[in-house]
Amino acid sequence: MSILVFLEHHGGELQKGSLSVLSKAASLGAGDVAGVIVGSAVAGLAEQAAKHGAATVYVADDAKLEAPLPQPRIDAIAQLVAEQGIETVLFGQSILAADIAAGLAARLDAGLNWGLTDISSDGGNLVGKQSALGDSVLVDVGWKSTPRIGLFRAGAFDPSEQPAAGTVEAFDVQLQEHSLAAEMVEQAHAEESGPSIEDANVIVAGGRGLGEPERFALVEELAKALGGAVAATRAVVDAGWYPYSAQVGQTGKSVSPALYVACGISGAIQHKVGMQSSKTIVAINKDPNAPIFEFADFGVVGDLHQILPKLTAALQARKS
Amino acid sequence: MKIVVCVKEVPDATAHKRIDPGTKRLDRSGEGALNTFDANAVEEALRLKAATGDGEVVVVSMGPERVLNSLRKALAMGADRAVLVSDDGAAGSDLVATSRILATALEREQPDLVLFGQQSSDSDGAVLWAAVAERLRRPVISQVAELTLEGGSLTGKRQTEFGYDVIRAPLPAVVAVADSINEPRYPSLKGIMGAKSKPQETVSLADLGVEASDAGPEGSRTEVLALSDPPPRGDTRKIEDDGSAADQIVAFLTEKRLI
Amino acid sequence: MTVRPSDFPAPFAPSDAIASPTDPADERIEVGVLIVGAGPAGLACAIRLGQLLEESPETAERLGEVPVAVVEKGKSPGSHLLSGAVVNPRAIRRLFKGRLTMTDVPSYGEVHGEAVYLLTRGAALRIPPPPTMRNHGNWVVSVSQLARFLAEQAESGGAAVLPETDAQKLLVADGRVQGIRTGDKGLGRDGNPLATHEPGSDIVARLTVLAEGTQGHLTGAAIGRFGLEGAQPQIWALGVKEVWKVPKPLQHIVHTMGWPLRKSAKYGEFGGSFIYPMGPDLVSLGFVAGLEYRDVEFSVHDVLQEFKTHKLVRKILRDGERIAWGAKTITEGGFHALPKRFHAPGLLLAGESAGLVNVPTLKGIHYAIESGIMAAEAAFRSLQRGESPARAGALESYDEELRGSYILQDLHEVRNMRQVFDKGFFMGGALASAMTVTKGNLPPKEFTIESNAERSLIRTDRASRYPAPDGKLTFDKLSSVFLSGNRTRDDQPNHIRIQRRVPRDLADLWVNMCPAHVYEAGAADGDGLVHVEVNASNCVQCGAISAKGGRLTPPEGGSGPEYTLT
Repeated sequence: MSILVFLEHHGGELQKGSLSVLSKAASLGAGDVAGVIVGSAVAGLAEQAAKHGAATVYVADDAKLEAPLPQPRIDAIAQLVAEQGIETVLFGQSILAADIAAGLAARLDAGLNWGLTDISSDGGNLVGKQSALGDSVLVDVGWKSTPRIGLFRAGAFDPSEQPAAGTVEAFDVQLQEHSLAAEMVEQAHAEESGPSIEDANVIVAGGRGLGEPERFALVEELAKALGGAVAATRAVVDAGWYPYSAQVGQTGKSVSPALYVACGISGAIQHKVGMQSSKTIVAINKDPNAPIFEFADFGVVGDLHQILPKLTAALQARKS
Repeated sequence: MKIVVCVKEVPDATAHKRIDPGTKRLDRSGEGALNTFDANAVEEALRLKAATGDGEVVVVSMGPERVLNSLRKALAMGADRAVLVSDDGAAGSDLVATSRILATALEREQPDLVLFGQQSSDSDGAVLWAAVAERLRRPVISQVAELTLEGGSLTGKRQTEFGYDVIRAPLPAVVAVADSINEPRYPSLKGIMGAKSKPQETVSLADLGVEASDAGPEGSRTEVLALSDPPPRGDTRKIEDDGSAADQIVAFLTEKRLI
Repeated sequence: MTVRPSDFPAPFAPSDAIASPTDPADERIEVGVLIVGAGPAGLACAIRLGQLLEESPETAERLGEVPVAVVEKGKSPGSHLLSGAVVNPRAIRRLFKGRLTMTDVPSYGEVHGEAVYLLTRGAALRIPPPPTMRNHGNWVVSVSQLARFLAEQAESGGAAVLPETDAQKLLVADGRVQGIRTGDKGLGRDGNPLATHEPGSDIVARLTVLAEGTQGHLTGAAIGRFGLEGAQPQIWALGVKEVWKVPKPLQHIVHTMGWPLRKSAKYGEFGGSFIYPMGPDLVSLGFVAGLEYRDVEFSVHDVLQEFKTHKLVRKILRDGERIAWGAKTITEGGFHALPKRFHAPGLLLAGESAGLVNVPTLKGIHYAIESGIMAAEAAFRSLQRGESPARAGALESYDEELRGSYILQDLHEVRNMRQVFDKGFFMGGALASAMTVTKGNLPPKEFTIESNAERSLIRTDRASRYPAPDGKLTFDKLSSVFLSGNRTRDDQPNHIRIQRRVPRDLADLWVNMCPAHVYEAGAADGDGLVHVEVNASNCVQCGAISAKGGRLTPPEGGSGPEYTLT
């Protein structure tokens, strides 16, 4: 049984998400594990992949493959699957990876399970874990045939380095006509304005417990120190302290960042439904009975006015 | 220009969502509604139609007969007609089977542009367009936050993990729009009243020429094996600030490798 | 200083809800009969009209492309409906005679047993059901589900049912009702249009039927405009209801009186509870209290929570889970508060908005349906060739039929029963019994009542008795609003008209009264008045504020709760 992991790269670096899937695949002990890198001038990245458990790293290096568009990559992987008899192709979640995984499923008439948080090998067969319906239920999912395709949630695993022994094999991709139809006209890095709420990995949110609109500055400073976005509860948006576009909750946005810091937020259900799938929740509130403490991973009963500036300063000190 | 918008009915946002332990499928017996993200795609289609001055907007969906009620919302917004693939044999189709059926329905329509919404709010799926594009052998652009049409080609701008991309593709093409692309309109009262009398066609798998073995569980390549409760959220720690709370938070974030 | 809610009247005049058509004639939406409100009354009217028009294609043709339209402010028919509900089936049977039977109607079956208890904090004394509370032969329904069913029937009979459409203004011109104007959609908080703005429309009709239910926005305006005020002011009660999923089926319907309400007349706490089985695994329970209460700390939501801690109720709910919640006012003025006439030129009033509720029997749904049928028949007569709903007297027959029907006869018999509970629980109970036995002839006196907003406020430590929410048996208001399905768009204009600076007592009255946590009282200013903050998007449109000094107007169509089981 052989597993192929799609290795996404950006700015001359393999992405942590795909390396962590590679490490996971290697740890399954379910047969050969290979990685595939597709791009232009990417040969140098193969070594890093080998260090994370890829016995073979397939590299398609071609100027035509420079733009990170999905369809040429579907061609590349479909070709490898056919030529190398690969049974399983795994991806770490990203905009690009999702499009490749789904297109590949259609191309190969292969099953795709997405939103996976884990995978295990059960007597040679693979079983995925999927967290569904707002993380209220765990689903065991399987594949009825090979090839199998799996797309993992971001942050499902951590990458781990393993003894490097992989070989690198270059291959040429036969591109389909329709795969060349789309072209990248422009690519740019994010502006310096910080991430939007939906995309942010870290969110610092303020509620009525801040006491007055001016204290939102404390929230903004903390968000800046954490490299995160600022969010607000409905109550403070209603009161005009912060714009509606920053509202998180039932009638605002739903977010699931790696870290959500709730400042002066009681945790009413209307807010909770918009942020409960955050991976880690830190809450600061002066009311020890606030419902937020029932689902925060780390709760602090105390005065925001005291704690937030100290926390911001401590984080800034760490950075410098 | 002919635009097809692929839409889906999802359980109403207020419905208590559950997976039926018997069928291991999402229980869709309650009130249904048009997937809110699909309204952005319908809106974009209507804007493109208005900008080009002519053409047709068709909504295409899959599901039981009653899904027509949800499609009527798209018709009330201004779509011209609806096509529903409705067949008991299609229930329980996974991505492979769904994309196959949908692509067949789309081939029948021969649209210049196929639009999708950003994701479905029930299964959190956000992949179908890429599979459909592959079956149609059309270029695909996903997560599009700005869409412009010039001559025979489309340009889409989108946010990515790293910044933004601008991608151009010739028509016919498949595009999935982000929910930031527009603010869907309210259906006008006249639109609502007129929706019922717009053409609404229901087609079966046989009408499309899809073999029964290519649809439903038989045509699917994935399966649900078991359902279980998610693990508890882990311990919650709660401290009273004694002056060291900021340091303790930093220690906690470090421990969790969040900083 | 004595404070009355009526001392601080809402900045709203009924005439604010009346206008002439403004859309150019060719842009108006024209319908034959326009029905406002997709509840039992409005939908029964639409269904009956559909039946009549089917038999008379010639009349249907004259009504144009849309002979019958029903507008409904809720997301769907039934979204804003909440009731006990045990329904007397006679009107449903008449509506579907020869077409459907009761078993075709969504229900939880016939009532086979009942119990009435007089509660004290620690005990429940089972008493024989008073004659007005005997329910054999009646059916348990969810009125929300009933409306969905009726809406399907109305649509298949040819009516256009238009949800998410709020009737903002009554169009009146040339002395007659011409239709309604629907509300704008896509306005920002400040009232300015957003990018998605969709202006409202004039819907003009040959005849308009107002079937708005409790606290009808346009009904109030029409009563003022056409001088239809009744002999006594209208009054209301507020009901808060929950639906529970329970492991053990409840065998019979239960009503209680007494605890947790206080008996002394000075508190003005009148009401009781209901607990109904909805099939083998659901129970509907609610608490209803008259809005003549005076204590600023009184909260029906919290009284319901308190009620659930009684051992009688705990037993029924044991190991259960709350799956629905809602609140709504009930029109309680009865016979003396009925409008002078049930029609005006081009207009008919039907159902609860016309005051057709029998409080002692806790019934109104069959009156709603029956009056809807009568309105349809009167409308149909007035639309015959050579006749016109605009002609003076053309709609007179509706009043005659209503007055000759069991509805008005029933209401006349119990006409003073509700009012006497002003005298306190025991005195009121004794008088009510005498009235029941004598069909309202004894005692030989017509009782009067003051409007809910005229009641002077008192303050006791009522709130100290409410249980702290435990999230299992007892719940706070915000999590309850969430369960109502309310997900109203936040950035729309505030639809609740109140004075924003009022005495502390009045502010607290609103804060505690509102089951949906809409009002918050700020700190007192120098002049002793406090500022009232309004969280309008929490509103479940129960209507209590309109009884206690404020005025509820319809928010953007589609807003508010999305009840499905209540």
